[in-house]
Amino acid sequence: MDHSSLAGRIFRGVALALVLVFFMFPIVWILMMSFQTNEQILRIPPRILFEPTLANYQALISGHLRTTAGNLEISFMRNLMNSFVLSSAAVLLALLLGVPAAYAFARFKFRLGESIAFTLLSFRFAPPLLVLLPLSLYYQQLGLNDTYFGIVWVYQLIALPLILWIVRGYFEDISPDIEHAYRLAGHSWREAFTRIAVPLAGPGIAAAGLLSFIFCWNNFVFALILASADKQPVTVGALAFVTASGIQYGQIAAAIVLSVTPTLLLALYAQRYLVEGLSLGAVKG
Amino acid sequence: MAMLEIQNVDKVYRSRGKAPVHAVRALDMAVKKGEIVALLGSSGCGKTSTLRMIAGFESVTSGAIALSQRRIDELPPAKRKVAMAFEGYSLYPPLTVRENIAFALKAQQLSRSEISRRVEAIARLVEIEDILDSFPRAISGGQQQRVSLARALVRDADLYLLDEPMGQLEPQLRAVLRGRIKGLLAERGMTAIFVTHDQTEASALADRIAVMEDGVLQQFASEKELKNRPANLFVASFIGEPPMNLLETEVAAADGGFRLSVGSDIAFQIPGDTLDHAARQALAQTKRVRIGIRPQKVAVGTGDVRVRVVSNQWLGDQSHVAGECAGHLLIAVTPSRIAARPGDVIPFALEPRHLHIFGADGACIRHAEGG
Repeated sequence: MDHSSLAGRIFRGVALALVLVFFMFPIVWILMMSFQTNEQILRIPPRILFEPTLANYQALISGHLRTTAGNLEISFMRNLMNSFVLSSAAVLLALLLGVPAAYAFARFKFRLGESIAFTLLSFRFAPPLLVLLPLSLYYQQLGLNDTYFGIVWVYQLIALPLILWIVRGYFEDISPDIEHAYRLAGHSWREAFTRIAVPLAGPGIAAAGLLSFIFCWNNFVFALILASADKQPVTVGALAFVTASGIQYGQIAAAIVLSVTPTLLLALYAQRYLVEGLSLGAVKG
Repeated sequence: MAMLEIQNVDKVYRSRGKAPVHAVRALDMAVKKGEIVALLGSSGCGKTSTLRMIAGFESVTSGAIALSQRRIDELPPAKRKVAMAFEGYSLYPPLTVRENIAFALKAQQLSRSEISRRVEAIARLVEIEDILDSFPRAISGGQQQRVSLARALVRDADLYLLDEPMGQLEPQLRAVLRGRIKGLLAERGMTAIFVTHDQTEASALADRIAVMEDGVLQQFASEKELKNRPANLFVASFIGEPPMNLLETEVAAADGGFRLSVGSDIAFQIPGDTLDHAARQALAQTKRVRIGIRPQKVAVGTGDVRVRVVSNQWLGDQSHVAGECAGHLLIAVTPSRIAARPGDVIPFALEPRHLHIFGADGACIRHAEGG
């Protein structure tokens, strides 16, 4: 920075702090809530200093929620497991389908190619509720309702377009002549794809995979409509805390902390790839 | 026996919503074993398309390509026994220079020591021994180009394709490498085709040069032949530095021969006995022809064409004198210094026997005597 005057530096510090507080406040507040009882949370005025309790986490992990109206069974840990299984399976499937497709769109011009790519992208900006009603009818007829596979399949609407478009940008960035050189040296097309193109697009594939994992993880409506309690992820499972005896704010906060932590860690770890992957996709798309 | 035979090959690029592009038209070419051929032409003339069709990265729209008596135009690139150095280098980024070169040998199943021996040898030839353990990202464009060249030349292939193999190199190094690569190719009897737009490179490296323009092979001959007996107007004006002087003339039959005149200022008498039958007929049937004369054949200080000097440059070993006559610019190259300033009027000599004559369609009617 060339303008390193004292006033400038102070102003920058203040501005950064403001932005940080603005974005971090809800997360910090939820973290604090997760260590408080419902009474402490609902106190007016709210207090910054309080006596922390682990009761919320205990209830979530043990699955027994004691409320004024009696004991309640919650399946939060199962929901968390479901989230893992569903999101991982969905991303895995989307990678298997999307990476070869992205390669095809990047390397070959074929009839209706651009239209197909755009249609796939349009899944991202069509509201999910639009497709849910007909989809749930079809799922009932096909017997896919309330199956893991059914949800993984519908998650492709989220994961596939993301992977396709981000990875496509990466493949387009690799000179096709690198693969040509490899093929001339006596290797097949398939080997050039698996040994040259995929490793070179590795960071992009990782970024796209991570991002779609986060999007799948955060999804709410698909599982709400298409799955019953034992197959629902945390996003839907959190509804269980709205109980007859009131809303369990403490448990909700603890549940949020637990369900956000994995994706947050993933995102922090892969931040560099994510930014790189996304900016490339944006420029190239 | 021809090593590579290209028969009546056409390449048409079709993309939706755009007019098809006819990149290569009815190309016929035969390359002998051990021959080095240059594809020379301006950009977009179809030379790279031709190279890529031989390598197998572009399909052949029609026609056939055979390499050592095997039809290859339907084969995948891996089965064609062709090595190629790409214009964009196309090195594999995660591998070191050494691995990049060795990579090309993997499929040949050689012993480890044989691979490293070959890599070292080719690296010495193109002067990259000291960067063998660097990564492509860390070396300059010129070095990358040499690695790419080494990666192609290290292989055992029936045919070597080099796309602008030395475009990024400094002039001195280019001259040295040209000599070495030519030596290597000749020593091993390797057959090679390289693409270039640099005439000097084409004549220095190639045994024969294929001049292409607009997707059409204009002439395929040695450099000397291209200079002395250009097949048409395009080759005549494309080959040679400075380019051939070209003048539009009127044709009239006179004294058993033909009189070619440029306005009232310049006229040439072409005796009938210096022309063959076809040339006599062609001249008798036309009113106008183009004549061409190499700047090196224009004599300065004698003759009856009076020109007003436009520029006069001494290049250290030759003079380039440009003069204007009747609205035409004529360039002369002589080995001696000429004492003339712009604006001076001096004589140029253009002898009829040095004239190339081209018909209205651009085809050559008569070549100059002895070139």
